[in-house]
Amino acid sequence: MAKAQLFITCLADQFYTGTLQNMTRLLEELGVELIFPPEQTCCGQPLYNNGFEDRTREVARNFLRAFSHTDAPIVGPSGSCASMIKHHYPDLFPVGTPEHNLANEIAARTHEFTDYLVNVLKVTDVGAVYPHKVTYHASCHYLREMGLKTEAKSLLSNVKGLEFITLNEEDTCCGFGGAFTVTFPEVSRLLMEKKVGNIIASQADTVVMCEPGCLMNVAGGLYKAGSNIRAMHIIDLLAER
Amino acid sequence: MSEPHSYIGFEEYSQRIPQSIPAAVQQATSRFVGLRAARVAEMPHWEQLRQLGSDIRLHTIENLDYYLTKLEINVQAAGGIVHWAATAGDARQIVLQIAKEHDVKLAVKSKSMATEEIELNHALEEAGIEALETDLGEYIIQLAGTGPSHIIVPAVHLKKEEIASLFSEKLKIQAPADPAVLARIARETLREKFLNAEMGITGANFLVAETGTLVIVTNEGNGRMCSTMPDLHVAVVGIDKVIPDWETLTVFLKLLARSATGQKISTYTQFITGPRKEEGEFGPKEFHLVLLDNGRSKILQDSVGREIFKCIRCGACANVCPVYKHVGGFAYGWFISGPIGAIFAPQMLGTRVARELPYASTLCGACADVCPVKIPIPKILRHLRKRVAEGDVVSGPAMATSIRATAGLVSLALAWNWIYRTGTRLLPSIMGVFLKDGWIPSAPYPLSRWTSVRPLPRFNAQFRSWWKNKLGKKDTSR
Repeated sequence: MAKAQLFITCLADQFYTGTLQNMTRLLEELGVELIFPPEQTCCGQPLYNNGFEDRTREVARNFLRAFSHTDAPIVGPSGSCASMIKHHYPDLFPVGTPEHNLANEIAARTHEFTDYLVNVLKVTDVGAVYPHKVTYHASCHYLREMGLKTEAKSLLSNVKGLEFITLNEEDTCCGFGGAFTVTFPEVSRLLMEKKVGNIIASQADTVVMCEPGCLMNVAGGLYKAGSNIRAMHIIDLLAER
Repeated sequence: MSEPHSYIGFEEYSQRIPQSIPAAVQQATSRFVGLRAARVAEMPHWEQLRQLGSDIRLHTIENLDYYLTKLEINVQAAGGIVHWAATAGDARQIVLQIAKEHDVKLAVKSKSMATEEIELNHALEEAGIEALETDLGEYIIQLAGTGPSHIIVPAVHLKKEEIASLFSEKLKIQAPADPAVLARIARETLREKFLNAEMGITGANFLVAETGTLVIVTNEGNGRMCSTMPDLHVAVVGIDKVIPDWETLTVFLKLLARSATGQKISTYTQFITGPRKEEGEFGPKEFHLVLLDNGRSKILQDSVGREIFKCIRCGACANVCPVYKHVGGFAYGWFISGPIGAIFAPQMLGTRVARELPYASTLCGACADVCPVKIPIPKILRHLRKRVAEGDVVSGPAMATSIRATAGLVSLALAWNWIYRTGTRLLPSIMGVFLKDGWIPSAPYPLSRWTSVRPLPRFNAQFRSWWKNKLGKKDTSR
């Protein structure tokens, strides 16, 4: 039986309990035995992306400790957080040190949720039913750092009743960018409003994405624009029956 | 290094972006993005070509002393005169001295980022020499009295109506908002100047070390006029523009036009090897090459930051950058804008003056995806953020102490997981005070910077207790 460790990410931990519950249910339905290391906090990306490399190392050490109790794969609901572990953790420690080796080892078994489903479990149909018009926002790190170009779409293509609508400028940043939103709120607003405008113009009733950060931004933007379009994490859509 | 530059306030500028700019910029850049994509699709080996371009540029900048020496020898062998300018001031002095020796009253210029960098026009005017930009876009911004807002389309921020009223005002004519007519007006004005100029000033896209050849790529043919009609040609070029030989040049000619304008090849590609050798030949009597360092050799010592000098100035990174498309080029405060500008100014001018620029990106990575020479722009942005936040061998921290202290507290909470877990338990009730309709429409500082734009979702954080509960049930059921 497959085993996996739940990496819940700080944003989903704070804001998206339902998504994490759905992630648990979906993986258990597929026969995955789940472990949740409660010492986990955040991957440290907000510090890393703002130039605090020394501080990031401290946070990374907590993560590496939390997830090295077993050698089970690590699965999380965010391409951005998974990419932090996969692509940036090894750079935090000098080559040849035990910490660098551990970072490499952990990086090799860290997966974003749809990547784990499609490429590890080889599942593209989870039996979801969602009879709605759905459009998709391709999140930046999920798409470009993790290189996940087809995974979300192939999962969506097997959802019963779902009508897929391609979003104009699907792969353009929504303006979240982590601390960018609070560093330059006015520029973030311009990017977000453009994204929200494209979503509204798509005439979909649901917009789906694979990133809690983008979801906070886009859902808030839609709410502010007075739109009824539902912004969802892909996990929540895949849990619809 | 350059002279002290005034502080670049990206955030301050972003709060008062003229409304016309994003529309004009998005219209032009979207067209380039589409054309580039079409050209790339025609090239089955595009990715290999990019890798080759990246490898050659990296090799060249890592062996710059060798190739520059070779270049100097070959330019001299072809009859050209080589000048070395350590600073922008030195470069200006060299050009002014040459102009003085030849009693120059009027100089015609082809588009050049190096002369923007050293602010040559200003220096020439102060010395009583008229310097006229002959690239249409540069001509427009010279009339407007601004710098360029895009590497290859300097007047991209202006709509045709704005250009028409600028022409009407400055040239005292009635100019219609018709691009063809506007171009004809500029051409007529410029033609006479080309015939009367004593000096032509250009930059270069590449310098071929093997033969000492200057390569200029243009679409308007003005570079050719500037470098052949006057008897004196002065080229001001950054030392990073050198490439080994003609074989490697073919790689960049394939990459450049496709990445920049989505053309297979630019209309004019010009190769200049020294001045004319005998009467009757085309070209100037005298050819001077001013090689500009201006801080480049210092940046070359930084193994991460130096990759900026792989840049071939195509502007593709700006065309796809969602931030650039909304703020335009002036937000970056210097002559090179967009993602490449965000990693150029902080290195050239220092992280104190340009400390906001490394943060002026969402790190979406679209720029690195299209860069024809694979400059890892997000990686260099993070590298420069580290310099701003923590300091390094090049510069001390340039970030406010309060922000650095906050980051210290955040890292404590994230590294000592009991602090984080306690906070996670408490936040839903603390933040519950601000709840309205399931959202937090307005939160205290620093979250107010989020809620000024869109509401914050409710802090619910029930997963940990749910999981504990679920485990408990499972254990009792066994």
